[in-house]
Amino acid sequence: MTQAVPLSAEAPPAATPPELGKTPRRPGWRRLLVLGPLVALVVAALLPYLQLPLPGILDGPFNTYGNLQLFATCLVFGGLAASYDLLFGRTGLLSFGHALYFAAGMYGTDVLVTRAHLPLWQAAVFTLVGATILAALLGAIALRTTGIAFAMVTLAFAQVGAILVARDFGGLTGGEEGLPIDGERLPDFLLGVGNTVNLYWLALAYVALVVFVIARVAGSPTGRVLAGLRDDERRVGVLGLDPYRYKLVAFTLAGGLASLGGVVYVLILGGANPHVTSSELTLSLLVMVVLGGPGTRWGPVLGGILYMYLDHRLTSLAADLPGPLGQPLFVLGAIFILAVYFFPGGLASLRGRVALVSAALGRRRKDETVS
Amino acid sequence: MSTFVLLTLTGLGLAALYFLVASGLSLVFGLADVLNFAHGLFLSVGAYATWWAAGHVPGAGPTGFGFVLAAACGVVAGALVAAVVELVLIRPLYSRTIEQVLVTVGLSLAGVALLQATWGADPRPFPRPEWTRNVTGILGAQIPNASLLLILAAAAVLALLLLFLRFTRVGLVIRAGVENREMVTALGIDVRKAFTLVFAIGGAAAALAGALGGVYFGSVSPGQGGSLLIFAFIVVVIGGMGSVVGSAYAAVAVGLLQQFVNYYGTAGLGDICVVALLAIVLLVRPQGIAGRAVTA
Repeated sequence: MTQAVPLSAEAPPAATPPELGKTPRRPGWRRLLVLGPLVALVVAALLPYLQLPLPGILDGPFNTYGNLQLFATCLVFGGLAASYDLLFGRTGLLSFGHALYFAAGMYGTDVLVTRAHLPLWQAAVFTLVGATILAALLGAIALRTTGIAFAMVTLAFAQVGAILVARDFGGLTGGEEGLPIDGERLPDFLLGVGNTVNLYWLALAYVALVVFVIARVAGSPTGRVLAGLRDDERRVGVLGLDPYRYKLVAFTLAGGLASLGGVVYVLILGGANPHVTSSELTLSLLVMVVLGGPGTRWGPVLGGILYMYLDHRLTSLAADLPGPLGQPLFVLGAIFILAVYFFPGGLASLRGRVALVSAALGRRRKDETVS
Repeated sequence: MSTFVLLTLTGLGLAALYFLVASGLSLVFGLADVLNFAHGLFLSVGAYATWWAAGHVPGAGPTGFGFVLAAACGVVAGALVAAVVELVLIRPLYSRTIEQVLVTVGLSLAGVALLQATWGADPRPFPRPEWTRNVTGILGAQIPNASLLLILAAAAVLALLLLFLRFTRVGLVIRAGVENREMVTALGIDVRKAFTLVFAIGGAAAALAGALGGVYFGSVSPGQGGSLLIFAFIVVVIGGMGSVVGSAYAAVAVGLLQQFVNYYGTAGLGDICVVALLAIVLLVRPQGIAGRAVTA
């Protein structure tokens, strides 16, 4: 008994050195983590200079025109998914009509440039303002309902957009065939296959802007009210705040960001396509956000990028895959269902899960060394 | 006059199609709070099963009694798929509404892709009984028999559903469950069995809509269910979630409005009017025509 006490008293100093060694390193590492997004942005911006072939992941090196366009598309959808997450993950609004504002951005720019012969920057500004006002108006109506009814109303509004585009009222939208954008009205640096890299940078700038805006909003007092609405709307009301007004702010901002994505995407695609008006686009945004991790800064962006990449990649691999595996939507839908069951936090929860596992492993190792 | 009769009856045919999809959707939502995006899949399953059975099951065929048998195969397939979906995918997520919606969304994407992988994305010609290709003269208007068939089928389904809900014990449990699920559970009744049954009934009705919709449109394609589903959702919301009778009224209103406005206005305007009707109903009477409490 007398021997056991000094032994256990000695044990803590023996365990401290590795922890002591760790603590001074941690702040520096943390400081790097703050710079992480900036580093990632610079790396992503420099990627087009990379000649490295990535067999299995990409056809040819990164900076071929096809790959650059694919990644520009991925980035736009990453930003779009982040704007949807502002509604779904951060405010708890299940909207099924987010595609409408994206499509409004695409068709607005396209129609103003091609049919009204405006210069691109004017068309973009008018579209952005118009689509944001549209989001505010429709949001003001839709937000009078809650829950499932809200989902239905937004779905129905988006359906009106799809019908308007498909029926081609006034010959503006080109109907089922879409509307190629008039190249003569566009600035030179966005034209031609050789300038695909500029579109890539444009898409990257869009994603960076969306992430920045949403991070700023989420960190502000408004963002905390939105998180409160998601967790317990009644309590926010009891605290004397008006839930309707805050939800409308989130809805309008998300709609505006989505329409900006549409403006970028119409340049990447070289025209508008009625496919973007379909409710399936909103459903795939939901899939992206859930796969990535709702309510997190990077999850939806990563989810959007990964989803679009898999969608394109599986389509090009389809001939080699047997049976239903050749259908990208089958694979993505199945992954999505599995993710809902077994992986509720999405990709963003990966780090926490790995930390948990490694902590458990470390504890076991420590137990082994102690015994 | 003959145009009016024609538009009314074809509008009612469309309404019948909406009602067949919406009735199951409405009951499932009222009882289990599940917004079922996979309901369009049940419709497609019914359509494809009918199409497949007409060619492969002995005794079934594209005409007469053979078609009835083929459609019965489709309905059974739809009910089975719906019951399996409820047991395997929905039940483990009991009372987690958002996750249930997400799973049905994933299922609608994957299921349609699976149908597409098996039978291709292009529309397939549907086996239409000889009688449904003809027209019948009613009050001077030539009405396609397919529309009449849809109206009769929907009326029969409505009558059967109401009888089932009013006069059977299980129907009583379902009606009580829509009104107050906690109380039914507290009384010691396993309401989850009723969930499975309601899913199966909804799947069967949707599959019947798929089979008869195939006759109506003359072809069957994987995405057919999805495009009908949006209007079925609108019908459910206008009618009041959980109410079969409300769904019937709303389906008639939506079908007639769509048909008349699309004929007298521009094509596509009717669809927009339907959405406007939805917005008005939601703003004036958010619980729908029949409200949530009234069931049968």
